[in-house]
Amino acid sequence: MSVDRRTLRPSATFPDHVLAEIHRAADRGVYEIRGFGTKRHLPGFDDLLFLGASMSRYPLEGYRERCDTDVVLGDRFASRPVELAIPITVAGMSFGALGANAKEAIGRACTAMGTSSTTGDGGMTEEERRSSKTLVYQVLPSRYGMNPDDLRRADAIEIVVGQGAKPGGGGMLLGQKITERVAGMRDLPVGIDQRSACRHPDWTGPDDLAIKIRELREITDWEKPVYIKIGASRPQYDVPLAVKAGADVVVLDGMQGGTAATQDVFIEHVGIPTLPAVRRAVEALQELDMHRKVQLVVSGGIRTGADVAKALALGADAVSIGSAAMVALGCNRPVHVEDYHAIGTEPGACHHCHTGRCPVGVTTQDADLEARLDPEQGARRLRNYLTVMVLELQTIARANGKSHVLNLEPEDLVALTVEAAAMAGVPLAGTDWIPGRE
Amino acid sequence: MTSVDLSASSVRELNARLHALPADTNETAWRIAEPRGAHAVAAGLTVPVSVEIDGHVGYYCGGMNQAASVTINGHCGTGVAENMMSGTIRVRGNASQCAGASGHGGLLVIEGDAGPRCGISMKGVDIVVGGSVGHMSAFMAQSGTLAVCGDAGEDLGDSIYEATLYVGGGVGRLGADCVEKEMTTRHREMLSALLERAGVEADLSTFRRFGSARRLYHFHVDNADAYR
Ligand code: SF4
Repeated sequence: MSVDRRTLRPSATFPDHVLAEIHRAADRGVYEIRGFGTKRHLPGFDDLLFLGASMSRYPLEGYRERCDTDVVLGDRFASRPVELAIPITVAGMSFGALGANAKEAIGRACTAMGTSSTTGDGGMTEEERRSSKTLVYQVLPSRYGMNPDDLRRADAIEIVVGQGAKPGGGGMLLGQKITERVAGMRDLPVGIDQRSACRHPDWTGPDDLAIKIRELREITDWEKPVYIKIGASRPQYDVPLAVKAGADVVVLDGMQGGTAATQDVFIEHVGIPTLPAVRRAVEALQELDMHRKVQLVVSGGIRTGADVAKALALGADAVSIGSAAMVALGCNRPVHVEDYHAIGTEPGACHHCHTGRCPVGVTTQDADLEARLDPEQGARRLRNYLTVMVLELQTIARANGKSHVLNLEPEDLVALTVEAAAMAGVPLAGTDWIPGRE
Repeated sequence: MTSVDLSASSVRELNARLHALPADTNETAWRIAEPRGAHAVAAGLTVPVSVEIDGHVGYYCGGMNQAASVTINGHCGTGVAENMMSGTIRVRGNASQCAGASGHGGLLVIEGDAGPRCGISMKGVDIVVGGSVGHMSAFMAQSGTLAVCGDAGEDLGDSIYEATLYVGGGVGRLGADCVEKEMTTRHREMLSALLERAGVEADLSTFRRFGSARRLYHFHVDNADAYR
């Protein structure tokens, strides 16, 4: 009997990916762990538009008038703040999650662009210190590879309280990526499934954190800026607490932020999107009269110069990219398609960083796969991509009459949806209405 | 002997002086008076000097120590010797929580008792406690040795990796994946050498050894109950 396909109505409650996940869970009895970041649709920077200049605002000439992009991070207490040529940094990604070639490519590209890169869980590698002019050293709950010598040779210190993909969760790296070198750096047995703690081993709560920060400053003689990285959940409370604890810089990672390996349920169901998180963080800083005094770095789903411009207009001092940098290096590029198939996916849908079998050599410790990413070529691609983002950012800033990208402001923005208007605190396009405000 | 009175000088001034010492300094003996519970005293030392502190200190005394020998003639707050890399830190009194947290090397001796989470996340440090330790000690301990002459609180060695734990007194409930292991002659000899190095006397015959059952090293549905 033939089937009339028009009668085959798929369930909206049980679409294919939900059916597949229930079947997988029933077969295996363990939750899904995966990489990349959230895949659900979220209100985001695409729901905002810039107004541009007109009669009431003068634009700047695209190729003739200056539009500066430099930014200083960490001048609250540190004697050597970080000076960046562009307000786009690269977020913390561990050696272990990423291969050494990817780390080196990122370091080289950031150095060429005058910006910073960041270590990750597992400590600092020689390659990344060598290749990065400005390197931010993460202090994570696991303290893998934590070392005072590396702390002192870093340019800034980032205390990781949480990350957007999993606020409240610890690091994960599955056994296939715990090679001898990775295990050696982390002091773990080779090949185990590593699950890091979600809280720091020697402090809990903001009062202790203030003392911890003083210790780190003492050890580094008050030279280095201290960043506090938080996953976006309650920025209206977390940002003031970070300021009170003595942060020079707050790094705020929205739920679109990526991860090397995390439970899918965590990635998709915990945290808030970057858009409302930025607004609440900026409001909190303004309330304390600390906006621009404690710098705000925003990450989580930044992909284009327009995204950067919107984050800055909402009040961020800089942004950080992680997943987008990986994409620039080749993540999800349609090459070696058979290797995507071998791990059960396709270019464009890959989130298989946790497998260690990255078809493009970005998130792998396998020598053959890693050889697919030449550090020099990778650096060139990332540099090109960052250059394009900066040009886009300047294009938008000039169109809004700004001689410095940090002069972008919420008044330059409108929202396309009621949700985005409420979350970002800017008017719905064509109205003066900001939902939730008088 | 260089003396510093912390009622007249700040911790910042003290640490700056200690950090400025060259590796071959002649100023190898320091005595610190009136610490009055100050935090981060003698943190981040890198040269083999000896620092004796007369009084109680706050958090993170001797944090991230390298090569130096720090003695606290008093009690200390949270995270003494946190992430120490080498050298020796000795607490003559009691230590608060998280003593020796994530220590990578060297020797931490607490002659009195230590609070909860002693040796949490330890990564190679050796810790000797003359008295007892609180709950969750050696949580996620990766490597190194924790020897407790007194009792250990609940959940000892929860989620432990490859660290070795010795307890001379009573032990509360063991943490997830921590099990008692055979105390062989070799282990008794290693413990004896460690106690001698620490200058702590104890009756070796009562000590038991604990370590990882290694059941949680890989995700497996049958192990899900371990954390409930
Ligand atoms: S292509 Fe590589 S980096 Fe990208 S999602 Fe797949 S495994 Fe991860």
